[in-house]
Amino acid sequence: MDLDFSPVWDGWRDLVHGALITIEVTAGAIVLGCLIGLVIGLGRLDPRRRVVYGLTTAYVSFIRGTPLLVQLFIWFFGLPHFGINFPAFFCGIVGMGIYSGAYVSEIVRGAIQSVDRGQMEAARSLGMPYRTAMREIVVPQALVRMIPPLGNEFIALIKNSSLVSLLTIADLMHEGQKIISTSYRSLEVYLAIALVYFVLTNLTGLALRTVERRLGAGGLV
Amino acid sequence: MMVAPDEPIVSVRGLTKSFGPVAVLKGVDFDVMPSKVSVVIGPSGSGKSTLLRCCNGLELADGGTIRICGQTLAQGGRMLPDAALNALRRQVGMVFQAFNLFPHLSVLGNVTIAPRKLLGLSVAEAEAAGRTLLGKVGLAHKADAYPATLSGGQKQRVAIARALAMQPQVMLFDEPTSALDPELVGEVLQVMRELAAEGMSMMVVTHEMSFAREVADSVSVMDHGVVLEQGPPAQIFDAPRHPRTREFLQAVTTRGGPRQLQGPTGSGTPLLSGDH
Repeated sequence: MDLDFSPVWDGWRDLVHGALITIEVTAGAIVLGCLIGLVIGLGRLDPRRRVVYGLTTAYVSFIRGTPLLVQLFIWFFGLPHFGINFPAFFCGIVGMGIYSGAYVSEIVRGAIQSVDRGQMEAARSLGMPYRTAMREIVVPQALVRMIPPLGNEFIALIKNSSLVSLLTIADLMHEGQKIISTSYRSLEVYLAIALVYFVLTNLTGLALRTVERRLGAGGLV
Repeated sequence: MMVAPDEPIVSVRGLTKSFGPVAVLKGVDFDVMPSKVSVVIGPSGSGKSTLLRCCNGLELADGGTIRICGQTLAQGGRMLPDAALNALRRQVGMVFQAFNLFPHLSVLGNVTIAPRKLLGLSVAEAEAAGRTLLGKVGLAHKADAYPATLSGGQKQRVAIARALAMQPQVMLFDEPTSALDPELVGEVLQVMRELAAEGMSMMVVTHEMSFAREVADSVSVMDHGVVLEQGPPAQIFDAPRHPRTREFLQAVTTRGGPRQLQGPTGSGTPLLSGDH
């Protein structure tokens, strides 16, 4: 077996550019997903508020219950049937952000509900309105508990972002496939791409662990 | 909102409450007079904690009336609207069995957050007042510590300071020493005794019989959701009228006797030592 990595070396500029696109799309989707997840997660705290709970639950079950690739294709290839044309980059970020938001909302809800009920009671017994008690007492404690599962979600999202290559976005995967189409060195190129994803995901994991330690040291147990 | 000196600051009439099919309160009448200490004793499951939690709107009673500081907190299964409830709660301090300190805030942060967010005090004002209160409960030196580093007795003293920071008119204590190691009970009771001596109106649910005997102005004995009898401690402890009160007091005293009250470092005989 002879391995020839020269196409990888020759195309390194394109791969770096693709990696930057991957980072941009994922970062945009993470920000969007966290915003959506916070809103949806808060909406799913109280089943007695039927309308809010029903709508947010429907969102989570639909988005989580269908493949990301199908959702991305609906954004990019489906909507144009109704005359709605979004740029590929927009479809990638919004499609992934909405997908991730469903998972983040469950992380948010779980973390908030894991904070001892006595914390809310103590805050309310001091006279704090519900929102103040949430903002000052419950959510700060929940944030720290969200970090480990959020790390999993971010890492999954980085890897899933390879799907946006199918929306004509020139991400890392897309650039790699372009090199393969001219060099036919698929094993070498895929190994190189895998290494880049590996570095990106592990750097993300490392960054989140650092944040977690800092917050822990600051008393946010 | 002030009440006339001869009017109760907490007045409960005909209170009923069920959790599902279980009737926890079956028509309870109960008063706390201004600057007096009303203690509620009784076996576990008698409804005394539920009674106290109803008095702060943490539980909604199904029926009956609760008036606090001249306002109707709950009546006929309906609670005061949220905004008015929040305002009323600022006048009612609450101390929990499990402390419920805010673990993400320092001791000083625990004591200052409510005055800052609710009374509009500046950080400097709230911290000055908070340090004074911490001094009062003997924890001025722990202002910058986090709750996780404190002993149970210290945590409960911080919790008392946190409640006092809102300058309440009445303090509710829900078994404040039940989660403490025996040797830490004395320091918390000492703080409560001082508070009573200063004229704070207090409602105390407790198993500390000697505290009740020494500090209470009025003792209520609860059992199965009703108040069996009510009166000055001498009457309840020395001449109980109801046979079930006698039974309960006997059960408590034969299991090691009531805890002797001593100073902050004192350790009495643990009330429930026979359980272990």
